[in-house]
Amino acid sequence: MGRYRLAVASRALAAIGGGYALACATAAGIGLALARAGSSGVDAVMWATMLAFIAHALAALWSFGCANAWRAWLGIAVPAALLGALTFVLRGAGA
Amino acid sequence: MRPDGKPEGLRQSMSWLHTWSGLLLGWLLYAVFFTGTLSYFLDEITDWMRPELHQSIPGPQTAALALATMQKLTPDATSWTINLPGERQTAVEANFRQPGAAAGRAGNQRVQLDAGTGEVLQPRETRGGSFLYRFHFELYAMPRVWGRWIVGIATMFMFVAIISGVITHKKIFTEFFTFRPRKGQRSWLDAHNATAVLALPFHIIITFSGLLLLMFMLMPWGIDAVYNGDTQKYFAESRGRPAAAAGASGERGDAGRAGRAQSAEPAQLTAIAPLMAAAQARWPDRGVGTIVVQRPGTPQATIELREQGARALVRGGGERLLFNGVTGAPQTPPEARATSSAQAVSGAMMGIHLGRFADPALRWLLFLSGVIGTVMAGSGMVLWVVKRLPERRKLGRTPRGHRLVEVLNIAAIAGLSVATAGYFWANRLLPVDIAQRADMEIRSFFVVWGLCLLHAMLRPHRRAWLEQLWLAAIAFAALPLLNAATGGAALPAAMLHGQWSVAGFDLVALALGVLHGFAAWKLGASGAIALPQRAASGAGMRIPRPVAQSPEKQQ
Repeated sequence: MGRYRLAVASRALAAIGGGYALACATAAGIGLALARAGSSGVDAVMWATMLAFIAHALAALWSFGCANAWRAWLGIAVPAALLGALTFVLRGAGA
Repeated sequence: MRPDGKPEGLRQSMSWLHTWSGLLLGWLLYAVFFTGTLSYFLDEITDWMRPELHQSIPGPQTAALALATMQKLTPDATSWTINLPGERQTAVEANFRQPGAAAGRAGNQRVQLDAGTGEVLQPRETRGGSFLYRFHFELYAMPRVWGRWIVGIATMFMFVAIISGVITHKKIFTEFFTFRPRKGQRSWLDAHNATAVLALPFHIIITFSGLLLLMFMLMPWGIDAVYNGDTQKYFAESRGRPAAAAGASGERGDAGRAGRAQSAEPAQLTAIAPLMAAAQARWPDRGVGTIVVQRPGTPQATIELREQGARALVRGGGERLLFNGVTGAPQTPPEARATSSAQAVSGAMMGIHLGRFADPALRWLLFLSGVIGTVMAGSGMVLWVVKRLPERRKLGRTPRGHRLVEVLNIAAIAGLSVATAGYFWANRLLPVDIAQRADMEIRSFFVVWGLCLLHAMLRPHRRAWLEQLWLAAIAFAALPLLNAATGGAALPAAMLHGQWSVAGFDLVALALGVLHGFAAWKLGASGAIALPQRAASGAGMRIPRPVAQSPEKQQ
């Protein structure tokens, strides 16, 4: 039972905390990418923010849908890191 | 998510996620859905809760009378914004700004005028529908930011619950036509499915736009990245103004002050009747909703007429006509800007959420969708309990967690209805001149809600449901009588005079009474959420048939 609870807690943390981090990276990374690709600032923000909320929800589904808690973390951390790197690069390029 | 860790299918894990994401903040979500749905009739509720305004019956002279009163009352104002009575309010709501008033809402003053005489009315102190509206996204008695965060997080849970719910039900659209009444758990499941699918687009839009409406707090990182932290610039651009003008321009108070400084010479406002006639000819269906007079009494005065229903709109939408305030000559209003695709998508969803520019038919449709959503949330939480009845029967006792959910369900669902009805009763029964009256009304709401929780804890499960549902049914259904007895416009008179805000409230109260009565009656007739019999307290309680095991193929 203890192990089960730990796994649920880990997945929940991945869904809530990890999912939020992924959403933030999506909002920033996709927003910057769209703005660089020529869409207006307001449009870029709006599309990216809508995508961010969807990404968070999908992260939650993934956290509880995948085979084990490790995979839950991995599936969220990798795209979050990629989008975070994209944000970093684009912000550097823009400034 | 099996405790034994064995592998399971996607639908099973999604079912687990749906159950727990739905239940964990379900009571809060139910309250948000319930009060939010009522907020589609925010203005109507506020109108009903101020019976002093019900005597106001509009006539052809309403606009002229209102302007005459404003001229007497506040000739030095920098602007008047006069909301004329319509299907959502009976009296004239006149806003004005004094010279040197603070920008934004703070500098705005408001009076209510009788539409038939132009007299200033003194309504009782109440927060009206605003309390329910604010509660649905800011809760109460805590800093607004906290309330918004809590509701925002709950909204995300809702969003996850909706998506995982759709995945769980592979045959969701065929199952929509399945309803198996009087089958205990099956019936609850079917009711939950049917209400979910019936208004699924509405549920998704309302939840997603709820997130978007809070996005500046929940998810500011897109703006932060794209605008490099310059939030002001984003807001300026999203309102379609050039960035440079954003900080300084805008507030009408400034323009008004400048205008007054230029000329001290008084000038008479032109007669409003011909302008109203011109607008009426242009908008035969809706007519004029709002009259905005800038710099009244000066040669620079302007009169702007806005189409009915457009006043609540943030941007775009309703038409407006601009006139010179002294000569009455038409002027060209500033052009509306084009909206981009992203703003159109998000704006449309938020528009539905806020019910802006919704004509009565659409507003009723949104309200009904909200009711369906409320029933969906409520039936889901009841289903959690019903589904676990066989488990309980096997155990021979009620686990503490189950009892907690039961009690919270009663208080959150039936208790909230009783409390809301109690809020309306308090509005009429509290003395009119009592100190802090508006707060007392709200306190009554929470006291009644608290008592319902206590009642749910003390009474047997089924009795508690029945008693609270019947109480809510009677309390709602009697509201039209209370209204007529305590100085409001009685239902027949209100319908006769076309006071649809008051009449609509009474009719919805009757409908809610019927709805709660129906739920209580169904519950009394079935045994769907009865407790498993316990040795001591089981007397008079019917034990539900072991529905979970019953063969489904039964015709």
